[in-house]
Amino acid sequence: MINFQYVRARDVADAVRLISADPAAKFIAGGTNLIDLMKEDVERPSHLIDISRLPLKTIEKTEENGLRIGALVPNSDVAYHLQVAQRYPMLASAILAGASPQLRNVASTGGNLLQRTRCPYFYDRATPCNKREAGSGCSAVTGLNRMHAILGTSGACIATHPSDMCVALAALGATVQVAGLTGERTIAFPDFHRLPGDTPQRETTLEPNEIVTAIALPPQGFAANYSYLKIRDRLSYAFALVSVAVGLELEGDRIKEARLALGGVAHKPWRDPTAETALQGQAADRATFTRAADVLLRDAKAFQHNAFKIGLAHRAVVRALTQAANGTPQSQSNKKIA
Amino acid sequence: MSISAKIPLSLTINGAEMNLSVAPWTSLLDLLREHLDLTGTKKGCDHGQCGACTVLVEGRRINSCLTLAVMQDGTRVTTVEGLATDGVLHALQQAFIDHDAFQCGYCTPGQICSAVGLITEGKASSAEEIRELMSGNICRCGAYPNIVGAIQQAMRQS
Repeated sequence: MINFQYVRARDVADAVRLISADPAAKFIAGGTNLIDLMKEDVERPSHLIDISRLPLKTIEKTEENGLRIGALVPNSDVAYHLQVAQRYPMLASAILAGASPQLRNVASTGGNLLQRTRCPYFYDRATPCNKREAGSGCSAVTGLNRMHAILGTSGACIATHPSDMCVALAALGATVQVAGLTGERTIAFPDFHRLPGDTPQRETTLEPNEIVTAIALPPQGFAANYSYLKIRDRLSYAFALVSVAVGLELEGDRIKEARLALGGVAHKPWRDPTAETALQGQAADRATFTRAADVLLRDAKAFQHNAFKIGLAHRAVVRALTQAANGTPQSQSNKKIA
Repeated sequence: MSISAKIPLSLTINGAEMNLSVAPWTSLLDLLREHLDLTGTKKGCDHGQCGACTVLVEGRRINSCLTLAVMQDGTRVTTVEGLATDGVLHALQQAFIDHDAFQCGYCTPGQICSAVGLITEGKASSAEEIRELMSGNICRCGAYPNIVGAIQQAMRQS
């Protein structure tokens, strides 16, 4: 880890002012991803601006009866919050599917959105990586790419976004509240994370001088019919090969409204309105679910080692939709997939 | 502030108040082991993947390798050295002995601190839930069945 200067932000405005003063400075909240990357010499900030004491730690109802989660609420506290567990169990389930209890106790809500890919080439400073060093090339395209993306890739980067929480936030239609030098703004979840294109070093649409202050959830939480199904190489504490977040609103055996997002397959949580339209108004049965999976994966493209992910994702989508329709969401302690 | 400036911080470690001064890049783990000679807390992977460095901050279990000491200013830290009271082992320490819940012992302080946090959280009751919520602690000797047995014993006593 390189030497750096450390300063504590007094309030949100102070944090924004401090980060604006130095392009090489970084915010630190939980630090569980940033400190790891600093030990690997991948992140080399001049200053760390400690925002962990800012008053962004509450979970409260919004005016429209949704939920506003402060950016500094630890992942555990979100997952176990009564309102989240009861009204947004898909989000609670996704959080508990990720990391370990020790990490979830520290990792912040805002930091979860901003965590970096776990692509091994991004971590390995001895190999080219466009995300780490723009223009140096992508080692994964022709390298060991079993874990890598199958949707929305570019020649410059095939890394995946590692978050579970964000897959549920995408499906729920959350918004991201941010503050900057010129005031506050709200970013719709699909617009927050970027596809790699030619600039994979830019992962979000957050401006360099902006800070995430909260996540807002709309009122509809799909609490009756949901599932978060995560498929990985070991049953606990591993990143997803594929994960699926599903929320359904049923009317009899018909689907009134559907939400469907994939994790572990792209540079951002993958939500496609066309696949949701394929579910809407249809019978909640296997034929419908298969069609939706076909639509969702229609542009999937494999690399040398990850072709298995396309079939795996297809089966996981059908399974997660079945679990949601049956009201039998995937348990995050009993890993048997029912 | 010059780059070499140390930063003052106060911590209550195992009940003792300490006024310290550390470089900002010192992890809580390195502060405990290298500066305070509290070597019960172990450095395994140093990347938050193994759980050997687990300690309790304000009663919550965390990986001490992935937090900066300066960020914990003003908090109460409990390490494995702080669990016994008046020479009497903590229920989990005794349970680990009773169940022979280790082989080499390197992961044990982290396992025990993590299990203290687990019991405080109160989210696990079945063996299955204990296994899942202890998944942040790796035991390469594979003492898992005995670790789960030890935690179940301590849970019955708590």
